Amino acid sequence: MNLEEFFNMGGYAVYVWSSYGIALLVLLVNIIAPLRQRKKLLHGIAATARRRARRNA
Amino acid sequence: MFNNFFHRMASPKHFYRLAGILIPWLAVPCLLLTLAGLYYGLVKAPPDYQQGDSYRIMFIHVPAAWMSMFIYVVMAGAGAIGLIWRIKLAEMVAISSAPIGASFTFLALVTGSIWGKPMWGTWWVWDARLTSELILLFLYLGVIALNNAIDDKRMAARAVAILALVGVINIPIIHYSVEWWNTLHQGPTVTKFDKPSIHLSMLIPLLLMAVAFKLYYAFVVLMRARCEVLDRERNSGWVKELAEKT
Amino acid sequence: MTPKRKKRIMLIGLMLAGVAIAAGFALQAFNENLMFFYTPSEVSAGEAPAGRMIRVGGLVTEGSVQRQSDGLTVQFDVTDNNKTITVQYTGILPDLFREGQGIVAHGQLQEDRLFVAAEVLAKHDENYMPPEVADALKATHDAATSDNAKKVN
Repeated sequence: MNLEEFFNMGGYAVYVWSSYGIALLVLLVNIIAPLRQRKKLLHGIAATARRRARRNA
Repeated sequence: MFNNFFHRMASPKHFYRLAGILIPWLAVPCLLLTLAGLYYGLVKAPPDYQQGDSYRIMFIHVPAAWMSMFIYVVMAGAGAIGLIWRIKLAEMVAISSAPIGASFTFLALVTGSIWGKPMWGTWWVWDARLTSELILLFLYLGVIALNNAIDDKRMAARAVAILALVGVINIPIIHYSVEWWNTLHQGPTVTKFDKPSIHLSMLIPLLLMAVAFKLYYAFVVLMRARCEVLDRERNSGWVKELAEKT
Repeated sequence: MTPKRKKRIMLIGLMLAGVAIAAGFALQAFNENLMFFYTPSEVSAGEAPAGRMIRVGGLVTEGSVQRQSDGLTVQFDVTDNNKTITVQYTGILPDLFREGQGIVAHGQLQEDRLFVAAEVLAKHDENYMPPEVADALKATHDAATSDNAKKVN
């Protein structure tokens, strides 16, 4: 199978590749979202802890 | 002894640590299986005798649809365990599953629509299969919205679990819709009792993708549940210690 | 198991049973509306509402497809291997449309029993295989049927 045939998908390129593209996008977003949330949570918790420590000092 | 082990596992601190170790061990096989599935599905598998190359959408569509139902059952099951035994971890797994399940439901609907246009001749019809799958998406969105609407985390978990359990009735309806009623959607291929009516060269990538999606759910739900743990345990000593180190 | 937990399990079980029964009744009541299409037999038996747009589903009879001179209008028979309905349709057919294929036509039954469709959708089966395998299957099937024909003769 040559490359051009592969990308052409027997004339269904738009349908096949858009499906795979959307799937990739959705699956990546679902990985990135908790990564960012975890970072945000840890930063928030650390900031609160510092503020409390300063107030108590 | 067993009880002790179980409680340690279910303690948020141990869960957080264990999940952190497990995630890469699930993510790497998931990636490898996905690559293998894509290779066999897009390159090695021959075109279909009727649908040509358009049938390759199946390798995303079918595993995503399976996951949409599987995750819902896990979510409702975890919700029930949370309701009965009041195990915090079960509550966290239940609520962490909702966005992932919603994503797979969305993918099943969208890829199905993209597949339906060239093959059936329409993006969408209101037949029993498509409609019940759309209701599944709304159930997931309802669970997420309900959880966000209630400030108290434990109250929210109980409300969410009840909604999830009521919605479980939709799962057999989705599965059997193509047998109980006339639908535009065709009947089951792989889960038929006699023998799967799919050629081996096409079944292999389908199963590879299905296992990859299961692993994907496993590590993403752990990632989300870890965030839930941090959020709920933000006042405990070990979380503060962890936060200071970052 | 503490009595409290037992009670919770009972409550959840009762709730699930209640929901299942309610859903069962609801689906039973709306059974007809959940059917996406009528079969030619149902239409012949007068079970489909007359004078309304309905959907009819079945297999396109082999050798029945006729294209009219305008190049866009097609006429074909749809069958459920029991009763047959003739369908007329003007427009673009889906890629999967062919003789022997399952289709669903949306339209209205005329006085002269001709079903004029506004939309034709193709239904695909649950079989997936490479073209060579399909050809081989067809060849063995044809051989078997001609064998049977010989035996009859």
